[in-house]
Amino acid sequence: MDFGFSLSPSSRIDLDLFDRERFRQLTELEPDVLKCMACGSCTATCTAGKFAKNSLRSAILCLQNGQQAQALEYLKPCMLCGKCFMVCPRGINTRHLILSILKIYGDTK
Amino acid sequence: MNKNVMVIGGGPCGLEASAQLHKMGYNVILIEKEKQLGGHLAKWDRLFPEGIPAREVLDTLIERINGVKCFTETEVVSINLLDKEYNVILSNGITVLSKAVLMTSGFDLFPAEKKEEYGYGIYDRVITNADLENYFKSKNDARIAENPKRIGFVHCVGSRDEKAGNRHCSKVCCATAVKQACEIKALFPDAEVFCFYMDLRMFGRGYEDMYLKAQRDYGIRFIRGRVSEVSETIDRQVIVKAEDTLSGKPLKVTLDLLVLMAGMQNSQAGIRVGNKIGMKRSEDGFFTTKGSILSLQECDKAGIFYAGACTGPKTLPETLNEARAAAISVHNYFYDTEN
Repeated sequence: MDFGFSLSPSSRIDLDLFDRERFRQLTELEPDVLKCMACGSCTATCTAGKFAKNSLRSAILCLQNGQQAQALEYLKPCMLCGKCFMVCPRGINTRHLILSILKIYGDTK
Repeated sequence: MNKNVMVIGGGPCGLEASAQLHKMGYNVILIEKEKQLGGHLAKWDRLFPEGIPAREVLDTLIERINGVKCFTETEVVSINLLDKEYNVILSNGITVLSKAVLMTSGFDLFPAEKKEEYGYGIYDRVITNADLENYFKSKNDARIAENPKRIGFVHCVGSRDEKAGNRHCSKVCCATAVKQACEIKALFPDAEVFCFYMDLRMFGRGYEDMYLKAQRDYGIRFIRGRVSEVSETIDRQVIVKAEDTLSGKPLKVTLDLLVLMAGMQNSQAGIRVGNKIGMKRSEDGFFTTKGSILSLQECDKAGIFYAGACTGPKTLPETLNEARAAAISVHNYFYDTEN
């Protein structure tokens, strides 16, 4: 029977899904990840960002919100040009951070 | 007994402290390196949150120092401790022996041209908060087009920015930006006005109301994202890039005028004096106070006192309060060392 509606998966952020162990590994390798204040400079200046969803700021937020797979999506179009490294007001080595995120979270589904 | 007190810096802080110390019976010697008294206040048009004319406030402060020995266009040549008094040699040839020295040397605005990606001094339509105040006073600035249709304000220029060498928040620029945004909207009612901010710090009494007014009565658009770079079009307009972090998308807008909210850093002139006698400075570049709660007006060197923005960004009312607090600290110092 089709009633014309169905259940859709929840899009609510669920902090219970936060992967604490992997995030600990990440902060060990990249303590600067905790310095992000979500100003958006990296996303604004991204050479790929105009055409594809590429945002380190959003990726960091996703990792902290337990959305590991979505975080990786935000980094996929990255060409590692390093322009975001130049504009970050907190001096985060963004390029290095992106590589470390991929190293630690690369196999998440 | 020698009751000399040397006050270094003739901005609002130095003026207020001098007036108070003079009233308390001290022999105040106030020096100012510029021709005019008043520091940055003399260059400002109106003051947040109520829009009181800066001139009115400054005139009152100058009236109050009636009777204080005041030397303008004068700097400290040397300063050293002789027994229990400081021997201060001034550039006008006068030497002062003073038991207490009060630093009211204030701040410098961050040189906006250092943030090259914002184009100050490169693009025609980019000015600073100080330039805009000057425009409000003089109504004359070739960089401001006759009828700008889109105007942007960039918060945190040279503040909260490790690459600019200033990690600290300059505290007053948020309120100043909101004030200036309303004022420029009043001047050009057809213009769209945007504020690019990271966090809006509306901490003081009346500031939140000013923010509400900016939204409701002036229709200022607040965009939560730091400007990453600015470029120029062939028509000499400027294109600003930021992320609208609330919608999570990169954003661009073409503007006829861009105002950079230059932040505060310790004044070079103050640092020059401090270095002559080894006054300590903290990581943010401002002078280190003896304590962070109970002895904010004191230096760890006996007889040296601080007030105002030389120990970190402050609003004008805060600075004036510190000036009064410093006068009492100086008084206590005289009292304690004589009894």
